[in-house]
Amino acid sequence: MELTHYVVLAAILFSIGAATVLLRRNAIIVFMGVELMLNATNLAFVTFARMHGDVTGQVLAFFVMVVAAAEVVVGLAIIVSIFRTRRSASVDDVNLLKS
Amino acid sequence: MIASGGEAVLFWVLAPLMVLAALSLLFARKAVHAAIAVMFVMVDLAILYIAQEAPFLGVVQVVVYTGAVMMLFLFVLMLVGVDASDSLVETIRGQRWIGVLLGLGLAAVLVGVVSQATFPPAVGLALANEATNPVALARVLFADYVFAMEVVGILLITAAVSALVLTHRRRLTPKVGQRERADAKVAELPSGGRLTPLAAPGVYAQNNAMDTPALDPQGRPIEESVSRILRIRGQERSAGTILEAERDVLVEHEPLRALPALRAQDANERTVQAATSEHPEGEAPAGEVSGPDDPGRSRVPGVPGGED
Amino acid sequence: MTMLLPAVVTATGLHAATDVVPASEVVPGPFLAAPFLVLLPLLGAAVLLLAGRRSDRWGAWFGVATSAAAFVVGAVVFVAMLGLPADERVVDYRLFDWIVSGGLDLAVGLRVDPLSMTFVLLVTFVGTLIHVYAVAYMAHDRDRRRFFAYLNLFVAAMLILVLADSYLLLFVGWEGVGLASYLLIGFWNHNRAYAVAAKKAFVMNRVGDIGLIVALMLLFATFGALDFTTVFAAVPEASTALLTATGLALLVAACGKSAQFPLQAWLGDAMAGPTPVSALIHAATMVTAGVYLVVRSAPIFEGAPTAQLVVVIVGAVTLLFGAIVGCAKDDIKKALAASTMSQIGYMILAAGLGPIGYAFAIFHLVTHGFFKAGMFLGAGSVMHGMDDGVDMRRFGGLARYMKVTWITFMAGWLAILGIPPFSGFWSKDKIIEAAFVPVDGQAWRAWVFGGVALLGAGITAFYMSRLFFMTFSGRRRWNDGSGSADGLGPQDGPVQHPHESPRLMTWPMIVLAVGSVALGGILAAGSRFVTWLEPVTGHAEHHEPVLPVWSLIALTLLLVLAGAALAWRQYAMSSVPVRAPRGSVLTRAARRDLYQDDVNEAVFMRPGQYLTRSLVYADKEMVDGGWMGLAGLVGRVGEWLRGWQNGYVRSYGATMLGGLVVVVAVVLALTTGTAS
Repeated sequence: MELTHYVVLAAILFSIGAATVLLRRNAIIVFMGVELMLNATNLAFVTFARMHGDVTGQVLAFFVMVVAAAEVVVGLAIIVSIFRTRRSASVDDVNLLKS
Repeated sequence: MIASGGEAVLFWVLAPLMVLAALSLLFARKAVHAAIAVMFVMVDLAILYIAQEAPFLGVVQVVVYTGAVMMLFLFVLMLVGVDASDSLVETIRGQRWIGVLLGLGLAAVLVGVVSQATFPPAVGLALANEATNPVALARVLFADYVFAMEVVGILLITAAVSALVLTHRRRLTPKVGQRERADAKVAELPSGGRLTPLAAPGVYAQNNAMDTPALDPQGRPIEESVSRILRIRGQERSAGTILEAERDVLVEHEPLRALPALRAQDANERTVQAATSEHPEGEAPAGEVSGPDDPGRSRVPGVPGGED
Repeated sequence: MTMLLPAVVTATGLHAATDVVPASEVVPGPFLAAPFLVLLPLLGAAVLLLAGRRSDRWGAWFGVATSAAAFVVGAVVFVAMLGLPADERVVDYRLFDWIVSGGLDLAVGLRVDPLSMTFVLLVTFVGTLIHVYAVAYMAHDRDRRRFFAYLNLFVAAMLILVLADSYLLLFVGWEGVGLASYLLIGFWNHNRAYAVAAKKAFVMNRVGDIGLIVALMLLFATFGALDFTTVFAAVPEASTALLTATGLALLVAACGKSAQFPLQAWLGDAMAGPTPVSALIHAATMVTAGVYLVVRSAPIFEGAPTAQLVVVIVGAVTLLFGAIVGCAKDDIKKALAASTMSQIGYMILAAGLGPIGYAFAIFHLVTHGFFKAGMFLGAGSVMHGMDDGVDMRRFGGLARYMKVTWITFMAGWLAILGIPPFSGFWSKDKIIEAAFVPVDGQAWRAWVFGGVALLGAGITAFYMSRLFFMTFSGRRRWNDGSGSADGLGPQDGPVQHPHESPRLMTWPMIVLAVGSVALGGILAAGSRFVTWLEPVTGHAEHHEPVLPVWSLIALTLLLVLAGAALAWRQYAMSSVPVRAPRGSVLTRAARRDLYQDDVNEAVFMRPGQYLTRSLVYADKEMVDGGWMGLAGLVGRVGEWLRGWQNGYVRSYGATMLGGLVVVVAVVLALTTGTAS
């Protein structure tokens, strides 16, 4: 088993996360897809850190985690406030850009 | 670098499970199931991190991601509607095919890139992690990336504040303080309001079941202490029936039978007992009380001069 | 006066020969006043138009004053010119630079020479007389001041035309008189028919103007200059074809302005204007501008014999055309208009004959100016007395009531007939004689054109006598209100009280009548007029006509008297029907101007309107449609694109992911291509 397998796994997880974003309507599930994508990236970072023998990759993954956490906080707050006003958690309902 | 056999086994067990879990995120109907699946993936990732000589990160993954982030997700799911289930029917025309196609395409492209790329021979983190992994991380973090770290700190604070701001609900009605509440109560008095809070069961109460009225200081039952619905349904029990039931117990204790009140009451109460189910006030109290039975008046043994 | 040699008075005019004199740039003292000839009437027009209603009271006399002042200046210059030797009489008086550009270097200047001074005197003298006449004729018109403004404008423009020293400045005057004519014909434009007549005149003039513009273009392209001096000096070097083309273009212009065939249909309609206008513009001056143009461009025409032939043909055709039409007109002014057309035909014919004809053309022009203007003023006087009626069938026997008008009209009538010693005899006979001269030995031309001229003289005599007798002689055919049943006049129709016109009207008529009588003799004596014009026209060698001169004179007189006698018998002796009888085919055709209007409409107007409609349609449907269609297409494409914005985040996400996949794939393909 090579280290590249980790990266392949990361790629697969990333794609699944991306597909989730595209295919699901519930905002929270879409968010979870985004989280999955970020985690996949983290896995890739960690693998590369191991490959290059440099912990910088792990530091970057660390940063990604922090930022993802902040993002989740804000994103969920938005979802909650939207839900309060519109009683709906579907991303399809925020279509005011429709022309 | 070829991983050791143990790691290989670990990987090949976990990787398919992770992929399956990710797919169930994609296909789950209920949001909570999706959340559970994601949590599973994250825990697996933590295990993989640890396997990849990044123990610190693995722990952080569990603590932050699984512990905080996913819990946050679950809380929000609770707020939003736990049993709200998505219909899996696609509303945007062609989106399903595009999604599938692009997902597969992305996977193909990325895997292609990775397989085509030539990587330098893997080094491993044995040397870097010499002074334990957290120390190595700290060295890099606080030396090379200190500025970024500070900025990320600000980001976190901003995120917290923003969550407060976003979910803040503006008061639409004026705030009702103590003064306002007191004034409102006084204003309702003429229309049958009450100043004081609802009564506790009362000193003289024999029990505090919901369907038994509380007794006021004079021993009279307070109507409002029983739920209106029970009253309407006729499921309220009179204070008397309880004492009635207990009286037998009390009567058996002979010394008590010497009380003149008890003896007099014996005779009266059986006559009025029948017709008292809807008028608890009219019911003669189930106490040994002497004197005429007065609707709304109860005499309790031992109370001197119970007239008001 | 030393140069007016008392030469032998013969019909051929032997005289001291001086050839065409080149223009000198030296401006003798009195000539410096020449610009005032233009400026004074122009000032009059400007003041009267700008002052507006405030000048209503004194406006008319102010207009007369400016016109008279112009005459005085003209007389001064004329006298000064007489004091100069003949070879110093052609002066180019340069005023200021006008166009200074790469290709053209043109200055505004005045060509003061015998030809232009002749016109100047004619225009200002007759013009001033008509101004005076108009003071009384238009006395009851509240727009009289505006009338005088336009008259002054006309005089100024005409003087620019005849005094111009370049074709371009001549064109300015040309357009100016066209404008003045339009304004004056349509003076009473509250009447739609008059306004339409003015428009018709202007449009037909415009057609002629195209000829002048084409000529200008040809001259500029060939010679690079437009002033007379340069052009005429360079003419010998130009090709005959070019000169022919230029000459024909100039002829078209002359036809438009002088109402020659085929552009003559406007003159009859132009009688819608007040009678002074008809007298001044459409008899004496504006319509003669075409003749001026041809004579002035003599060097060009002499280099193009074909063009000259065409000129002669046009003149001959018009001559007969006008005469035939004149025989059938019952409207006194329209009959006079037809007569004008015919007489100018004579002038054009003479101008086309070459050097032998130029002087006679101008001579006839001058005499015609006097007697035709006199007759028009007389017609106006008759109309004034007959409550503005123009139908001659309702006149008759007016001689008794309007003696002065009758006498002055008679003078003009005799002059136009060519009865000696009246002025017309001297000028018209010369033309007939010149027509009979074989040019370049081609006798057929002499016979044809001479015969036509002769015939025309006879017909002229007939219809002018008809006009005269119908109006003044015979029985009264109008209602005199007496209710008498003497069978003399019809008792239906409005009651007329014919009376003589006021003095302001009769005095100009008298002066013009004197001119009609005497001017011809005065000018012909000693061939002084021919000699006078020689510095411009050049000396023409005498040639013998195919018939002896005396026989020509006799023949002419015979025909004239025959025509007059015929008219006398038919209109003075017999009773003239009040309602026009049906008449022969020719009569009916003549009443309809020999169908010229119908031809114009069918050949030009309707196809032109059809062309315009097609162009409008093409513009609207195809050009506009094309652009609007393009705009619509862009709009539709935009709408289609807009549909892609469905507002769904997931669609946008899909787009982004798609882009990403494509980019990565491309990069992958490129890098594997290079790096593998």
